Amino acid sequence: MTSPMTPGIAADRLSNEALAQNFADLHVPLEPHEVRVAADRCYFCYDAPCVTACPTDIDIPLFIRQISTDRSEAAAKTILDMNILGGMCARVCPTEVLCEQACVREVSEGKPVEIGRLQRHATDSLMAKNIHPFSRAASTGKKVAVVGAGPAGLSCAHRLALKGIDVTIYDTRSKAGGLNEYGIAAYKSTNDFAAKEVAWLLSIGGITIENNKTLGMDMTLDGLSSDFDAVFLSVGLGGVNALSMSNEDDICMSDAVGFIETLRQTTDLASIPIGRNVVVIGGGMTAVDAAVQSKLLGAEQVTIAYRRGREAMSASRYEQDLAASHGVKLLFNVQPVTLEALGTSAALVLEYTATKDGRLTGTGETMRISADQVFSAIGQTLTTDGGLALDGRKISVTGAGRTSRDRVWAGGDCASGGDDLTVTAVAEGRDAAMDIYATVMGGAN
Amino acid sequence: MADLTTDFLGIKSPNPFWLASAPPTDKEYNVRRAFEAGWGGVVWKTLGAEGPPVVNVNGPRYGVIHGPDRRVLGLNNIELITDRPLEVNLEEITRVKKDYPNHAVIVSIMVPCEEQAWKDILPRVEATGADGIELNFGCPHGMSERGMGAAVGQVPEYIEMVTGWCKKYYSKPVIVKLTPNITDVRLPAAAAKRGGADAVSLINTINSIVSVDLDSMSPEPSINGKGTHGGYCGPAVKPIAMSMVSEIARAPATAGLPISGIGGVTTWRDAAEYIALGCGNVQVCTAAMTYGFKVVQEMITGLSQWMDEKGHKSIQDFMGAAIPNTTDWQYLDLNYVAKAVINQDDCISCGRCFAACEDTSHQAIVMSEDRKFSVLDAECVACNLCVEVCPVENCITMVQQPAGTVDPRTGQTILDGYANWTTHPNNPDSVAAE
Repeated sequence: MTSPMTPGIAADRLSNEALAQNFADLHVPLEPHEVRVAADRCYFCYDAPCVTACPTDIDIPLFIRQISTDRSEAAAKTILDMNILGGMCARVCPTEVLCEQACVREVSEGKPVEIGRLQRHATDSLMAKNIHPFSRAASTGKKVAVVGAGPAGLSCAHRLALKGIDVTIYDTRSKAGGLNEYGIAAYKSTNDFAAKEVAWLLSIGGITIENNKTLGMDMTLDGLSSDFDAVFLSVGLGGVNALSMSNEDDICMSDAVGFIETLRQTTDLASIPIGRNVVVIGGGMTAVDAAVQSKLLGAEQVTIAYRRGREAMSASRYEQDLAASHGVKLLFNVQPVTLEALGTSAALVLEYTATKDGRLTGTGETMRISADQVFSAIGQTLTTDGGLALDGRKISVTGAGRTSRDRVWAGGDCASGGDDLTVTAVAEGRDAAMDIYATVMGGAN
Repeated sequence: MADLTTDFLGIKSPNPFWLASAPPTDKEYNVRRAFEAGWGGVVWKTLGAEGPPVVNVNGPRYGVIHGPDRRVLGLNNIELITDRPLEVNLEEITRVKKDYPNHAVIVSIMVPCEEQAWKDILPRVEATGADGIELNFGCPHGMSERGMGAAVGQVPEYIEMVTGWCKKYYSKPVIVKLTPNITDVRLPAAAAKRGGADAVSLINTINSIVSVDLDSMSPEPSINGKGTHGGYCGPAVKPIAMSMVSEIARAPATAGLPISGIGGVTTWRDAAEYIALGCGNVQVCTAAMTYGFKVVQEMITGLSQWMDEKGHKSIQDFMGAAIPNTTDWQYLDLNYVAKAVINQDDCISCGRCFAACEDTSHQAIVMSEDRKFSVLDAECVACNLCVEVCPVENCITMVQQPAGTVDPRTGQTILDGYANWTTHPNNPDSVAAE
């Protein structure tokens, strides 16, 4: 067996026991008594700020009150009414910048009600009993195609199915779930939760999933438009932005998205090779997820290098602190230049940056850090636009996800607006579904 | 340092904290440890007549109302009087009193409502050397079905009669413990006084069913599928008990009758409040049953610190101090006008004051777009609901409006001086002010 000190890139740096411990639930579920105490802290605010802060408008005070009276399933129904992926959102939502940031107890005492964990308690209780608290309306005979089985697509499909629409979801991957299945740190979605949640969601009925079907290869938007009453595009951002370094091809460089996906799909964490010295380039959630998991796999030194200052990082302060607490070093205002040989290892040359006249530029001053493996996490890009009008690098939408094309809606990361969160995608899918329903049933557009 | 020693009916104790007649005082082993832990006195668990002792149920005796963190807010019990032989209890009382001459040892008694029964037991109790007796006319469950406990306490004539027997056959102080399960506590208290009681103690427990098991449909505690009402005590009953104490302290027929206050005393503050309402000491049970004997240490040190802060040198200094301020509604000052004021710096914008006022009171709080809450003086009746539902203590306060200004709610100038309902023009029975 190797160890964190083994040079280069190696598998098996930690024992299976250590890995199992490292990749266990980040936030362990609340025990029943903890639930009561946590729920009691909610003030049941009037027109509560936490609800305003929730992209899916979950009635948080109500569901917490339902929990406090031992009615966790009623609480779950309150959550799922607004957010059918409330189970996953309870795990991955950056609550520290959403509901819990707005909680009046955060404002007054710096300790919010643990909304995320309470939400998990409610949704887990319901799913553990395999209850699906919704029943499908009679079939309307209308058909809608959903392209992409990620959070936006699943949310849209469920709402449409609920309303009696027949839904076919096409997904390019072999498993449904999108980023829930492939793109979230393993310790946030343990025990195959994403797949279980999809199976539970599909139990509404009326939804067919066709896997390994890619828009532009296996079908076209024109074809879908003629075969279905409406189309919802939720294809996500399939491509990854590339770094530009002078000798990119020479180095052990890979994209963080792929690394995270490998971690999520493996059944043997020890088999995943990881560098002794890992550098992650980027400043978002993907960078944090890749860096923390590198450390958890047994990398000795892990560094996040971000070209701007801390305040510009899209990863929340909570996520930054999570990384730091795992021993990840955060470097700000540096950008990669090239990789140099450094004995048996390699050194990444980073150049300091500064903002001049509103533009970020290198200062010319450089530093070197050991780097056996470099992950790029500098954003993802749209790979399929179906010929729709774009807004910047995303599909342009107005209202509840209406695109430039009649009877085609879009939502989630591929669509303009929103902030690329699971919870935002769920809201967009849900709202588009209601607009689609009204449109296909009313015949107007 | 404040002097906490009390002299109640001539019975001295190092502090006003006595353990009430209940499971904690059922045996020598416990009472000795209670005194060592700091308790000033005990009222021994109620003794019954000579003969085979009562039997208790062999299933659960207690039921509780919990706060969300399992804090015991109210305790219900269906336990009876002591189920140990009379002789054993008397021997133990004798030994304990001999070893603790400076602590109060009171013996609680409940025997049938027949003179002979009292005549038989009282000399034996007297022989223990205990400082006094407490007549259990309050136990609301089990024993009351047999014509004792609350069954006596609910009939003032019986109270007077039995108290008289006790004064006849017992030479030391007699305390009558009252049941709250009546409509007007002044009547049994007056009866006790007429019978010659040296003091009353109250309250005994309140008839209660604390919960129903919705699966078995049995009241709890459930004994093999059936439940019965028990006696309720603990923090939840304190307001009821204090009101009853104040009634007895204020009523002309009983004013001045010494009172031992019982009901939810959990902290020094509870004790101070009872004493301010006229009690000479307090009796504690639920707090000890929840936290153990050590809890008295907080009560002793807390009361001592507060008395020092207030300059009270002894319990007598503030005993009954709140009674002159306890009055009938009709004498409350109608010229006192207050308005709620919300401190915007302390406000956490939860909106509970708004919801409470808007939905259930006087629509006197307005909410702005940015969640700022403010009071409409023209609507505010100073009901205090917003103060009480606000999670932040002292964020909302009631501020008295000065005389001479106009109350925007009534359009009337606030008058100087005191005026009450008895002279109010809207009162059909009003007496014109001279």
